[in-house]
Amino acid sequence: MAYLDHAATTPMLDEVLEAYVATAREVGNASSLHASGRRARRRVEESRERVAAALGARPSEVIFTGGGTESDNLAVKGIFWARRDADPRRDRVASSAVEHHAVLDAVEWLGRHEDAEVGWLPVDGTGRLHPDALRAELAEHGDRTALITAMWANNEVGTVQPIGELAAVAAEYDVPFHTDAIQAVGQVPVDFAASGVAALTVTGHKLGGPVGVGALVLARDVAAVPLLHGGGQERDVRSGTLDAAGIVAFAVAVEATVKGQQEYAARVAALRDDLVRRVRQAVPEVVFNGDPTDRLPGNAHFSFPGCEGDALLLLLDAQGIACSTGSACSAGVAQPSHVLLAMGADDDRARSSLRFSLGHTSTAEEVDALIAALPAAVDRARRAAAPRTPR
Amino acid sequence: MRVLAAMSGGVDSAVAAARAVEAGHDVTGVHLALARNPQTYRTGARGCCTLEDSRDARRAADVLGIPFYVWDMADRFHADVVDDFVAEYAAGRTPNPCLRCNEKIKFAAVLDRAVALGFDAVVTGHHARLGPDGLLRRSVDEAKDQSYVLAVLTRQQLDRAIFPLGDSTKAQVRQEAASRGLAVADKPDSHDICFIADGDTRGFLAQRLGETPGDVVDATTGAVVGQHAGAYAYTVGQRRGLHLDRPAPDGRPRYVLSITPKTNTVTVGPAEALEVSEVNATRPVWTGGSRPDGPIECEVQLRAHGVVVPAAVTVDGDTLHADLRRPVRGVAAGQAIVAYRPDPAGDVVLGSATITT
Repeated sequence: MAYLDHAATTPMLDEVLEAYVATAREVGNASSLHASGRRARRRVEESRERVAAALGARPSEVIFTGGGTESDNLAVKGIFWARRDADPRRDRVASSAVEHHAVLDAVEWLGRHEDAEVGWLPVDGTGRLHPDALRAELAEHGDRTALITAMWANNEVGTVQPIGELAAVAAEYDVPFHTDAIQAVGQVPVDFAASGVAALTVTGHKLGGPVGVGALVLARDVAAVPLLHGGGQERDVRSGTLDAAGIVAFAVAVEATVKGQQEYAARVAALRDDLVRRVRQAVPEVVFNGDPTDRLPGNAHFSFPGCEGDALLLLLDAQGIACSTGSACSAGVAQPSHVLLAMGADDDRARSSLRFSLGHTSTAEEVDALIAALPAAVDRARRAAAPRTPR
Repeated sequence: MRVLAAMSGGVDSAVAAARAVEAGHDVTGVHLALARNPQTYRTGARGCCTLEDSRDARRAADVLGIPFYVWDMADRFHADVVDDFVAEYAAGRTPNPCLRCNEKIKFAAVLDRAVALGFDAVVTGHHARLGPDGLLRRSVDEAKDQSYVLAVLTRQQLDRAIFPLGDSTKAQVRQEAASRGLAVADKPDSHDICFIADGDTRGFLAQRLGETPGDVVDATTGAVVGQHAGAYAYTVGQRRGLHLDRPAPDGRPRYVLSITPKTNTVTVGPAEALEVSEVNATRPVWTGGSRPDGPIECEVQLRAHGVVVPAAVTVDGDTLHADLRRPVRGVAAGQAIVAYRPDPAGDVVLGSATITT
């Protein structure tokens, strides 16, 4: 079994599981006033401090949520609404063209249901959003823009964006800048305050924490209209009983991965570079997608000319190798990736792509297993894609 | 063998896959996504291509412990089945889309891809028998028999097909599904046409072909007896929904006798005028692999679940002629004529062709 899909989700760390189970055994609602409630609240607040410290934020800026999709929706819709309420002229939202669907679809929703004007910021052939492109957008629409959103690192092709530079451009126009840093935290250095962003999304299960818990780091002077109304938890921005066990586990995961980031990145990038070199050797016509150097350490993304990604996935899966074709829709049908298309790839190249993503449990043996299985799989997938006439 | 089980999300294909697993095959489940927009196809239990059906198929695969994938066949299905369906009606013929789907999708596009990916055969939940002798026979459940819509398959296609359900009745299949813990055990049967969401074939065609008003003519008198909004909406043998302005002189019900796209005319007449004693057809396919020599004494079926009559069939190149021993009513161009050899062990499919007249 070779698990090469850590960007989808990565195994929980042992210390995370232990922290989760220990906290889950304790009774107590963090909003209760008695001793049990205070204990639960203390766990949550200690976790908030740990997450803040690890990400270069103040504790009061950390809003715990039910995960990345919720954080992205809260940032995109909540900041847009708050900003437009404060200044009705600001009815435009601009997003990079390569966002995860949690941002992409939230932005499109604003366009359809809130009469927001939507701007899509183009990327180059490696998937990078250039500060110049953002400057051009804001030079034209800056006084009407409520929000800019651009991911820190791309989940499909692994390209890392120049977030500091982009946030600085947004700041020139006094426009709040949100970044989805789900793939970045623990993989590359991420410092909220130093980056200058107004809001940052992080989630647990991409960095060894549990699924279903994450945070939106929201600068203190940035308002967001809540998506969830109720008990008024989390600065009134995110109501709902605090998931003390999940939050504790999430904090342990964030702290551990951020602390170990440099060592992790060096080890995993070396393994990834080996994988890339050997894939190119085994399948010389392969196309390596994304930025060659400025990318997530665990990400290797290829197009296999003449193959369909889903056929390759099936064949590798049968050999015990787990990888991804990119984004899948709810019916499980692989659509050509909007990321690849935005990078200028044609439909065939987009459909022929596969992502291998390494993580904290990855080994050289897993790379060996992939290289052993890949040539035959590519050969078969190519034959399956070739048009054949029956009879 | 490594086999690919086509899983629609219904009870038949789930039990077929289960039997393939039990027979010792290495089974992989695949659900075919046929709709470009799944919401537009039939919802719930009536269709085979909705998100709910996809989920039901996935859950069945989980229970069987087999890998499961969704294959996107929407473009192929649209081109080879849906567009063909519309074009056939536009040409005054009455197509059978299930048959076309078997011919072009399940046992062509899907089978080809499966073979290229290293599979030896495709398993489906069709009710028909295909034993070690390689002969395609009717199911033991005559009411559910689907040999008619499989009769278009060639020898090569049949050699790579597995139909595990032919020896069972539908009731037995349901019972087995329940005993295997498959949640689809009591899912209602699918019927009608999966890509026509509301079951309104006439509306579906009107949307695509537009309204083309024309005359309804009585064959006996030659008089115009009504108007239609599009000749494609009629099928030979149809009695309901003719909306005739005046009753026939003999006071008896009128049936659609023929559709003439060239003049956009629908011709109606009395029941006995529907009777046909000869059928011509084209593009014959022989399940045995080669064309039988000389005239064939056999039984023919001229529509799905239609009557079966004895006939003498002769073949000349790409055309087929059948002399029916008993006249049959309501033979529509575009449907298949399927030839069977009666057999106590299950009537054997000899071949099929597409009816022209």
